[in-house]
Amino acid sequence: MTRELEEKITALKKKAKEVRKDDLTMLAKAGSGHPGGSLSLVEILVTLFYGEILKHDPKNPEWADRDRLVLSKGHGCPALYVLLAHRGYFPRSLLWTLRQLGSPLQGHPHRGLAGIETSSGSLGQGLSIANGMALAARLDQKSHRIYCVTGDGEIQEGQIWEAAMTAGHYKLDHLCAIVDANGIQQNGPVAQIKNLEPLPEKWRSFGWHTIEVNGHKFSELLSAFQEALSVKEKPTVVIARTVKGKGVSFMEGRSEWHGKAPNAEQLEQALKEIEAGDIG
Amino acid sequence: MKATRDGFGEGLLELGRARRDVVVLSGDLGDSTRAIWFQKEFPNRFFEIGIAEQDMLGTAAGFALSGKIPFACSFGVFATGRAWEQIRTSVCNMNLNVKIGGTHCGISVGADGTTNEAMEDITLMRSQVHMTVIVPCDAIEARKATIAAASTPGPVYLRLGRYPAPGVTQEKDPFVVGKANLIRDGKDVSLFACGLMVHEAIQAADLLGSQGIRARVVNMHTVKPVDREAIVAACRETGAIVTAEEHTIVGGFGSAVAEVVVEECPVPLARIGILDRIGESGEPEELFKAFHLTAQDIAQAARSVIQKKRK
Repeated sequence: MTRELEEKITALKKKAKEVRKDDLTMLAKAGSGHPGGSLSLVEILVTLFYGEILKHDPKNPEWADRDRLVLSKGHGCPALYVLLAHRGYFPRSLLWTLRQLGSPLQGHPHRGLAGIETSSGSLGQGLSIANGMALAARLDQKSHRIYCVTGDGEIQEGQIWEAAMTAGHYKLDHLCAIVDANGIQQNGPVAQIKNLEPLPEKWRSFGWHTIEVNGHKFSELLSAFQEALSVKEKPTVVIARTVKGKGVSFMEGRSEWHGKAPNAEQLEQALKEIEAGDIG
Repeated sequence: MKATRDGFGEGLLELGRARRDVVVLSGDLGDSTRAIWFQKEFPNRFFEIGIAEQDMLGTAAGFALSGKIPFACSFGVFATGRAWEQIRTSVCNMNLNVKIGGTHCGISVGADGTTNEAMEDITLMRSQVHMTVIVPCDAIEARKATIAAASTPGPVYLRLGRYPAPGVTQEKDPFVVGKANLIRDGKDVSLFACGLMVHEAIQAADLLGSQGIRARVVNMHTVKPVDREAIVAACRETGAIVTAEEHTIVGGFGSAVAEVVVEECPVPLARIGILDRIGESGEPEELFKAFHLTAQDIAQAARSVIQKKRK
């Protein structure tokens, strides 16, 4: 690893800690929400927003040539809200209004908040929207890219596979899907609820270039997104193997933390663990 | 005689020539929906999504979010029923500029039978926030409605049929979204109709006229937003209402009219439509009789509401 890359990863790790802390703090304040599936997303989103992957302009959120990020797994939005605030789309103080009446930070994302491309939270719908964006970009001969983050439980939805077929058929090589494969859905392990494996083979058979990475390793995520840039005639999917609730011992791999906010005591312990941890 | 789907196909062609931002998405069936006409002239702005209506509506949302005006085309039953929740979450919640062309609506599909006959699509689309719902009565009106849909902000549903519709409107007639067209004035009863039932309502007015009853006939091409003024005026000026739709009476066009009547100016009202039952195969004319959707049925309902008015 080059010294430059080492420094970059050190900075990304630091940012990921800040994101995890704000994520859980806002959830604790809101009193409800989804810690598990937002903590598993952190390194993926930090790589996109701070790893010089996403081409975007927080001062001009509707810039026509920006890369699009569709968060199809809408319940992961606390992590996205934190990233958007840290990048300057809106003041960080807005994070503490999560899930309150009148706040643009709804429990699931709703378009209208700067940086949020689409409403989501009804699972399985984002990849089709991303396809539409990618087809429109091609029609307009634009060079921006479309990123779409799904969960793994989410892709039990049939619409995802309709969309996967469409992207493969149209060879959308400026589209990159990321599966946050944390292995746990609301009521238990994905493998028990309805098994999705072998996941890479499924995507490959739908015409996708498939890259499998440790979704908490910045070096692997960075190189996956770089590789995706060079893939032609195929959409790319990054299957990011992650841990639900990553960074907090009592949340990791536990389905009961899919949709429950920490109390004050739990938050305090979680923040300590995050500070002491070394992820990335 | 041409079907409203033909007017839709012609409208799409005109739009394609006039506007570069119009794109057409098709869930297969392009020959049936007439989307294929657009494909032939504008292949690069036509997107075949295959038999995947949910994906088609989501893809349309992505186009709309990129500044395009997508028309998503399928049979009404599939476009509005199978993709209802995609229309809700991916389209209407964001008030996106997605236009939906649903063909093969109503019992007049005929021989294809119940699974292909959209009976509930008006109800389904009317409940969607921000959605405009238009039911053209003939091919000329369908062409105008299609062109108007492109410049109507937000989502629009066009309810179209495959059965050749008798011409009711003229090229010179105005078409304004949300504004009902008076076809014939009268003071004894008002017949509100949409789609193929406009023609039946005109025939019913003829039947009633021969019995000395003067019926007003109103073409309510826009079911949502409904023309409240036209309804209130009819209540005040004629004192009795009959609605006619080729669709279930549960939550459909008649319900939309009845809501306004009850809230604003209650008068006797009867709804002609499909009575909470599924469809079946047959010739369209036979089915209209079997499902009580004919001019005679409308005229009979008119006489009954006039009777109630006199009590």
